[in-house]
Amino acid sequence: MKDKLKNIFKGGLGQLTIPIIAILVLIIFNLFRDPSFFRITVELNNDGNRVLAGNLISIINAASELAILAMGMTLVTAASGGQDISVGAMAAIAGSAFVKILKYGGNINGFVVFAAFLVAVIVAMIFGAFNGTLVSVFKIQPMIATLILFTCGRSIAYWINGGATPTVDSGIVKAIGGFIPGCPIPTPVIIVIAVAIIFKLVFHFTSLELFTQSVGINGSAARLNGINATWIKLLSFIILGACVAVAGTIGVSRLGLINHETLLLDVEMDAILAVAIGGNSLGGGKFKLAGSILGAYVIHILTITLYAMKVPSTDVKAYKAIVIIILVVIGSPVIKKWFAKTVARIRNKKSQVPVKGAQ
Amino acid sequence: MQEHSLLEMRHINKLFPGVKALSNVDFTLRAGEIHALMGENGAGKSTLIKVLTGVYQDDGGEIRVDGKTISIRSPQDAQNNGISTVYQEITLCPNLTVAENMFIGREKDVLVHKKRREKRADELLNELGIPARGTQMLGNCSLAVQQMVAIARAVDLNCKVLILDEPTSSLDDKEVNVLFGLMRDLKARGVGIIFVTHFLEQVYEVCDRITVLRNGELVGEYLTEELPQVQLVAKMIGKDLDELSSFGEVQEKYFSDDDIFYQATKLSSSAALPFNFAIHKGEVNGFTGLLGSGRSESVRAIFGADKVNSGTVYINGKNVKIKKPIHAMKNGIGYLAEDRKRDGIIADLSVRENIILALQVMKGFFKPISRNEAESFADEYIKALNIKTASRETPIGSLSGGNQQKVILARWLLTHPDYLILDEPTRGIDVGTKLEIQKLVLKLAEDGVAVTFISSEIEEMLRTCSRLIVMRDRHIVGELTGSDLNQAQVMKTIAGGETDEG
Amino acid sequence: MKDKKTFRREPLTDTQLLMMIAICIFVSMYLSAMLLFGGGFLRAQQIFDMLNDNAPLIIVSCGLTIVMIGGGIDISVGAVTSLVVMACAIFLNNGGNIYLSMLIALGIGLAFGLVQGYLISYLEIQPFIVTLAGMFFARGMTTILSVNPQKVDTVGTENLVNLLTSKDPAVKITFWQFLRDMNFKTLLEGKIKIDWLGYTAPNGNRISASMEWGVVIALLCVVVVFLLLKYHKLGRGFYAIGGNQTSALMLGINVKRTRFLSYVICGLLSGIAGYVFLMHTGAGNATNAAGMEMNAIAASIIGGTLLTGGVGNVAGTFFGVLTLTTIKKIVVTSGLKDPWWQSITTGGMLCFFIILQSIVLYIRGKLRAKQKKG
Repeated sequence: MKDKLKNIFKGGLGQLTIPIIAILVLIIFNLFRDPSFFRITVELNNDGNRVLAGNLISIINAASELAILAMGMTLVTAASGGQDISVGAMAAIAGSAFVKILKYGGNINGFVVFAAFLVAVIVAMIFGAFNGTLVSVFKIQPMIATLILFTCGRSIAYWINGGATPTVDSGIVKAIGGFIPGCPIPTPVIIVIAVAIIFKLVFHFTSLELFTQSVGINGSAARLNGINATWIKLLSFIILGACVAVAGTIGVSRLGLINHETLLLDVEMDAILAVAIGGNSLGGGKFKLAGSILGAYVIHILTITLYAMKVPSTDVKAYKAIVIIILVVIGSPVIKKWFAKTVARIRNKKSQVPVKGAQ
Repeated sequence: MQEHSLLEMRHINKLFPGVKALSNVDFTLRAGEIHALMGENGAGKSTLIKVLTGVYQDDGGEIRVDGKTISIRSPQDAQNNGISTVYQEITLCPNLTVAENMFIGREKDVLVHKKRREKRADELLNELGIPARGTQMLGNCSLAVQQMVAIARAVDLNCKVLILDEPTSSLDDKEVNVLFGLMRDLKARGVGIIFVTHFLEQVYEVCDRITVLRNGELVGEYLTEELPQVQLVAKMIGKDLDELSSFGEVQEKYFSDDDIFYQATKLSSSAALPFNFAIHKGEVNGFTGLLGSGRSESVRAIFGADKVNSGTVYINGKNVKIKKPIHAMKNGIGYLAEDRKRDGIIADLSVRENIILALQVMKGFFKPISRNEAESFADEYIKALNIKTASRETPIGSLSGGNQQKVILARWLLTHPDYLILDEPTRGIDVGTKLEIQKLVLKLAEDGVAVTFISSEIEEMLRTCSRLIVMRDRHIVGELTGSDLNQAQVMKTIAGGETDEG
Repeated sequence: MKDKKTFRREPLTDTQLLMMIAICIFVSMYLSAMLLFGGGFLRAQQIFDMLNDNAPLIIVSCGLTIVMIGGGIDISVGAVTSLVVMACAIFLNNGGNIYLSMLIALGIGLAFGLVQGYLISYLEIQPFIVTLAGMFFARGMTTILSVNPQKVDTVGTENLVNLLTSKDPAVKITFWQFLRDMNFKTLLEGKIKIDWLGYTAPNGNRISASMEWGVVIALLCVVVVFLLLKYHKLGRGFYAIGGNQTSALMLGINVKRTRFLSYVICGLLSGIAGYVFLMHTGAGNATNAAGMEMNAIAASIIGGTLLTGGVGNVAGTFFGVLTLTTIKKIVVTSGLKDPWWQSITTGGMLCFFIILQSIVLYIRGKLRAKQKKG
């Protein structure tokens, strides 16, 4: 029992240490700053639903897209050792496709929304497959391969809806981006939980985790053990595509319109950041999905905290950068080593005291 | 007063998390001697060398060069103190020219005198008889030449201490002789050479003195002529060598054609020329030949590791197509690759995950092995193969070479193959594990598994194989069985002194 | 010459091959544009315009090429450029000295280079994350600084070049006076006119080709970086650490310092690029140089630099920038005015180059393997 506790202290948390500490520090900081920061209230929203409100809820709600993208990004990072920088642009494409289908059918019912979502998923998966093919078949560095869609993805989105930013007025779409009548929890949060559960199930019922890690750590050995590395890499990009479609759908539903220029702008950087804060190596290999999800929430707690401190939204980036640097410096291998050495030295000194005479 | 010692290492300690890699090791190198550093894998040879070259920092101890105490914090420090190293893995940059690789990082001039440096490189390469030009891109040279360039660089550093860490493992006999000539030449100039190798014969050919390490501790320092080979091995593995001698001659076995498990005609791949090959159930055969003779490429073709171009394959009399590793695996073939680091281990994954990998692949993507099952498999094989690991969850990368190899073996044994191809399973691992693996091969054969065994050490193959296929210049040039299975005959066939029936 | 012969014997390196491809494609693209569209493409001014507009991009790409050859990445370059533009514009508008403003530009670039380089090479943090944070920080600082767009006020000042070259002894100033009284208008309007490359307008006026001073700085940067990479110890060190980091260490190269310096140089060049940018536009804006980092990466790639490190050439990068620009010019000239056509064609072109490179390297790898065996 004691050993187990010790293990947890020693490194049982492992790569999750940094994001958890970051979250704790931010929470404690906010508690001191303004204890009411965490107050959660039940309020009536515009549609007359009783819903949860408060900073904490908006953090968890706002981080939904990022959390979903971070999960997909983790897989791509693990398998290919690189990152997809086109997720924001792809989300714009998927969102545009989603709206395009909604606009086809005159009245928007559940079936149309579902069909539109399905189309968005398929479109995003096709673009994901395009990226994946460049990476796995043509052996192009992921960042370079996805630079293509990064460059022209939003223009493709523009073209889908003919340059307009059509609005969608539908209760169902509103429910996806806001609240389901009668349910006090924001729908995007529920979707994040659902996606996480799906990932968990996929990991449980397939060998995706083992194969992805094998390919990421040692592609040559994985191939000689009969793993189709090309397919695994491609698959990771396709899965990311599906995640992108979900995130894009949420993003569109929140606003009730598609703006190809601003939908999930710069989210690719945040998604990669979430993966890194979660303690996953951006060089691929071993990964922990939970780390990336926590990373996504760290980013949003930070953002909302800054907003709460009345930092203008345009300036948030600069402060965010400082916190990121502090986080990665703490997590850097050199600092960790130095820390471990110092701890060992202190411990050695303690244990050496009684032996001194013998020496 | 004692004779002039060039390098003295006293009471060297090195700790790794949880392991004491070196404890209180002494090592002395005199000017103008070739000194072999011997020990099993995990004995601490590489650690000692890395401490000496500044890759690791020691956790206590003293290093003296020419009687002066020095501290070595980086490879540069080592170089500045006249200590140069040539590693088993090529540590040069493939995207630079040969000349640059020889001179980069040690010229005082800020600007590069390209022409002058290339001329100097050509002179030196000529002098040492290395077939390369200064202007060539290193990546375009063969591995052996790259290795020689590394040595040329070290030689030109006017080093006092030259460390050769398994430099011969990728060289063929001729190149090894060139290297030995070079070593003797340097020795005559007063350079002290530390030579690390697994080839015992090479030690006795060139070395003056031998230092043996075991389990991170010093066993002793001996003059080569005073330490017979058998005793050296005994000191390295720390037990009597009765086991070695108890390995009798392989009894000749007779197989009927009905027992043929695998048969290929005109099989060829992007790397291997067409060849015919068959193996019986329960047979152990070997592919032998010099490095580059095509022995590895041929077995890779059997497994579908390279792109298969042509050939018909029968398994148990049934025509099958093997284009990819997975096809071979589904047909009951396992393949332990030659390069363990590159093609075998998944370094960051645990021993457990490494063991179940191949079985998992065979079961398929949608049928994962449950955690409980995986754990019991892992425990079973860790015990059966006597794998030394802290736990089944330890990353395989932190195990010693021999134990890594056992994990990979376990991976294939777990798939219960009918035919197991072992390409250099004993390379770079200690004598004790070598014996264990040889025994295992024979036991597998008794159980009816067909085994193809490849090793650079012919003796090892003679001990295990009942049939040897000899290759030269990418062709099969002979097949030896029965009374032909002796060192002399194998050598003759490899060298191609007489025409064989093949 | 015997030397030449030995040179001939060696096959092209990957670096050279990829650069050759980039140059060939640029030349053939430009030639076909000349044939198809004529007009502007036939004038030398077209090339000068391309250079005038893209001098900052050329400088930034040079820095990025160095980092990429060393096996790293720096995505903060565009944001740093933007920050420099804004900071210098505000400084000048508040009556700042022109030379001090140049020092500020260099200082900001250097500061980013030093901090990022230190974090990446000495604290071993992943370059992508560090420079991403750098990008956030620079962008954030730009918006914090910029209350509204800053146009550098040049009213009432004079373009001193006119006075320097004036024939009238009453207003003619000496070179020393020129340096002493240097103002921003001189930099902004400073142009090098090359008469014989000009053309005659339909109304009979002779219009000489003009090149901004920023282009001279950019070309100078290209030459200096080219020489650095080819003939300087440090430059070869970049190739070595990009080719194989462990080997480079074993070869006695100070890997950490070399990598550190690659980021420092890159940061410094971003600073210079920012100033050149300001000299071109004369105004600071929060969205300055938006997306420049990706354009710079694209230019480096088109020019044959591999993100994997160890392969690349700054001359190729220069042609990479020209190629990118030519594509945009062609799109605009063909009447596809919508901005999204530009990005789609750029994306398509990138795709083409990337796949082409991948195929070329694959074939070369095969040939090499065959050679080794044979």
